Amino acid sequence: MKEKYIEDLKEIKDIMNRSSRFISLSGLSGISAGICALIGAYLAYNTVYQNQNYLGYRKAIITGDSVSTLLLIAIGTMIVAIGSVIYFTTRETKKRNQKIWDHQTKRLLINLSIPLVTGGILALMFLYKGFIGVVAPLTLIFYGLALVNASKYTLDEIRSLGIIEICLGLIAMQFIGYGLLFWAVGFGILHIIYGVFMQLKNKS
Amino acid sequence: MKDILKDLDKAFENKVRLGIMSALMVNEFMDFNTLKDLLDVTDGNLASHLKSLEKTEYITFKKEFNDRKPHTKYYATEAGRMAFTKHLNAIEQLLK
Repeated sequence: MKEKYIEDLKEIKDIMNRSSRFISLSGLSGISAGICALIGAYLAYNTVYQNQNYLGYRKAIITGDSVSTLLLIAIGTMIVAIGSVIYFTTRETKKRNQKIWDHQTKRLLINLSIPLVTGGILALMFLYKGFIGVVAPLTLIFYGLALVNASKYTLDEIRSLGIIEICLGLIAMQFIGYGLLFWAVGFGILHIIYGVFMQLKNKS
Repeated sequence: MKDILKDLDKAFENKVRLGIMSALMVNEFMDFNTLKDLLDVTDGNLASHLKSLEKTEYITFKKEFNDRKPHTKYYATEAGRMAFTKHLNAIEQLLK
């Protein structure tokens, strides 16, 4: 008799999770997004800090040319990163026999987009006014807020990742000039750590 | 022990009905096809269990028309939510 109710509780929890949360975010998608971000950051680094000595604090030199190169790098990185996340997530949903595009996915994406798009527009406005230093901290903070907001509709771990991104963004705001470094840590290394962590957790 | 058994709800003895209620507890509403995919049951099976939950007034539905196709949304009622919570508490007590 007890076994039946333990089974029932398991079933209830499983159905509640499957019906209200998007659970197919695989660790691999985190790792691939992180690697894309690191490559993007490296390319951006070479564009911004051309021909400078490698010791000490370096001034970011932004000319009209390098701004368009940077924007191209940013857009390229974003497209490849999002593409790889979509690829690995689709694979995972197939494995779990779930649909990729249902109302959970929609709800997750809408709640992710609201802070993310706000932050993106704000960062572009600052960029056009010449405040390039705040772009990295701002994108980190708003990305963190977006993750916290979306975490209600997906895995709980996303919430912790979001809070870490917010803290990192705030620290980066204090150390303007090291933006690219913080950016690489936040979007690159944190995603890879998260991905590895999730991959190990799912295996065990 | 007897009191606990009394709190267990007959309506949730069945797996499908338990599944329907679980989904409706954490979602504002569910439509027929989503429930069908979620619980992996046939149309007829799902319909009969939905009917019986309607009869006990644990769930209610709204019929809408999208391009003339009927689209039914199911909601948990206040009574249904209370009964389900009571049922869960009883299970927890039982497993203590």
